[in-house]
Amino acid sequence: MGETLFDRVWASHVVAENPTLLYIELHLVHEVTSPQAFEGLRLAGRRVRRPDLTLATMDHAVPTDGGPITDPMAKEQLDALRRNCEEFGVPLFATGSGHEGIVHVIGPELGLTRPGITIVCGDSHTSTHGALGALAFGIGTSEVEHVLATQTLVLPRPKSMRIRFVGDLPFGLTPKDVILGAIAQMGVAGAKGHVVEYSGAAIRAMSMEGRMTVCNMTVEGGGRAGYVCPDDTTFAYLEGRASSPTGAEWERALDEWRALVTDDDATFDREVVVDVERLRPQVSWGTNPGMTTSVDGRVPDPSEFSEPSERATVERALEYMALEPGTPIEEIRVDRVFIGSCTNSRIEDLRAAASVVRGRRVHPKVRALVVPGSAIVKAQAEAEGLDRVFTEAGFEWRHAGCSMCLGMNPDVLAPGERCASTSNRNFEGRQGRGGRTHLVSPEMAAAAAIEGRFVDVRELIGAGA
Amino acid sequence: MRAFRRTTARVAVLDRPNVDTDQIIAKQFLKSIARTGFGQYLFLDWRVDENGNPRPDFELNNPAYADAKILLAGPNFGCGSSREHAPWALLEYGFDVVVAPSFGDIFKMNSTKCGLVPIELPAEQVRKLIDEVDAQNGSEVTVDLETKTIVSPNGETIPFEFDDFIREELLEGRDEIGRTLMQEGAISAFEAAHPVRIDTAALAVS
Repeated sequence: MGETLFDRVWASHVVAENPTLLYIELHLVHEVTSPQAFEGLRLAGRRVRRPDLTLATMDHAVPTDGGPITDPMAKEQLDALRRNCEEFGVPLFATGSGHEGIVHVIGPELGLTRPGITIVCGDSHTSTHGALGALAFGIGTSEVEHVLATQTLVLPRPKSMRIRFVGDLPFGLTPKDVILGAIAQMGVAGAKGHVVEYSGAAIRAMSMEGRMTVCNMTVEGGGRAGYVCPDDTTFAYLEGRASSPTGAEWERALDEWRALVTDDDATFDREVVVDVERLRPQVSWGTNPGMTTSVDGRVPDPSEFSEPSERATVERALEYMALEPGTPIEEIRVDRVFIGSCTNSRIEDLRAAASVVRGRRVHPKVRALVVPGSAIVKAQAEAEGLDRVFTEAGFEWRHAGCSMCLGMNPDVLAPGERCASTSNRNFEGRQGRGGRTHLVSPEMAAAAAIEGRFVDVRELIGAGA
Repeated sequence: MRAFRRTTARVAVLDRPNVDTDQIIAKQFLKSIARTGFGQYLFLDWRVDENGNPRPDFELNNPAYADAKILLAGPNFGCGSSREHAPWALLEYGFDVVVAPSFGDIFKMNSTKCGLVPIELPAEQVRKLIDEVDAQNGSEVTVDLETKTIVSPNGETIPFEFDDFIREELLEGRDEIGRTLMQEGAISAFEAAHPVRIDTAALAVS
């Protein structure tokens, strides 16, 4: 029987069985989920086994306005990371180093993320790295400590699943719409316990940035990890990156990577088919990413749900979101727009948003923010003049960081504010206590910023739906 | 890690699906570099209003659930963020066990690493337990990890499945890192057999 890429990568990293001890080739570290892990090492007199396979950055708590950190707890946390990295010899890309950024943006852009390796990080969106054909898991702090000390993880083997996108991507449909549509179809627990392979023509046609958006949101569908089998798009993306192999080593790496396929006769524990041709630009209306519909749809009526607990959940979500049943999505007005996060802050995302914004103005009642995912993305966008497109339209142009995705830094919604956001979670209070989040693509967020409400971005950019 | 074998304790019911870890412990409390101090912030926005007064309609404020050590929850409990602060907060608030039809994968793993026992039961069985607890306006349940059984308020014994290795770790409160470090030979052999492909140190700029 054939093997999946997941089978191959898993098998090539097993150190011991019963229980399975999996070797980790890249451990990414950030300030929020690591201090207690380093403290654990210190208390037990342990060292970091492989600092050369470990990289730390600052992203969650950093202010993005370029100013100093004024929150004493955030400052203490960032200082702790600096001290811990010094003490344990872990390379750190600190704020201001020019290499800092959201951990899931810098891994791929530096060429550290690559096909066939195992990656962990104390962050659920580590699934992002699977876009390059890596096996990448989010872990908790105890596991962070375990990996620091042993470079391995004790991990029961997850089940396998394939999400096959059928049909060609319609005009104006983005990777964000594709993954939101898939989650809306299968639910937020649809991939629970599984490592997900994304396949189909729509995935093959996507850029690396687009695949990262898709893999990033695997966890919002409940999946343990998500990946795309590497192809020429992957190899072209990796060639020439800071950490990518060169010369004969590059050729050797290519041979290795080309063997990382899922065989035609490989089987999965579960298969789901998503028809992308029926999809329209997506907008979430509720308090989890599965509560999503098309921009031409309406806020659902709880009475449409026959199952009592589901009905109660929808009622509760609408109450939190302050939405009336049956409201057309296009009539929902927004106060804030956030373009950024590990889901949608890469150069291609910013180009896509800028293409909608160019020559237009942010609606007078909207405050809009663009936060590049890394210092490198920021520099590249500025070299392309994208920063001016945004600022001339009335957007704020910020420094790299997680920013308003999770409200752990000064970028938060005020209670009751409604935001069109390119991030990944619309949970209650996620972007600030009482804040109301609608998940959309960068293009849809840009369109909402201009119109002050949700509109089908395809009407702004030309060709019809 | 703290050990767990068996408890007979009061039960609290939080019968909602997809309770995410952002609700269990909100982001503003993740700036702490300590491993303790999170219990007081458990479900904060659901538990208290803007003025810090308890919201009477929130389940955990039900007096019948006071001093509960066992939480009966809905499906996909603990979905979302990987923050281990969520099980830390539940433990510190007083819970030893969460019983639900299913858990978020990372939350479940994190719980077992810090001594919170996540038990999965079929949805109908969780429903029946909830009904029994509510019928008696709060009541005691026994959870025994050694025998993998739950004794319901009505005295019914319900068996549950649990990963054998993780169960042993929880029963003994084992230091998993210490155990893995005993496999140093296997780890070194793996490293010797596999050439290094990554070097983060070569990239370091500061």
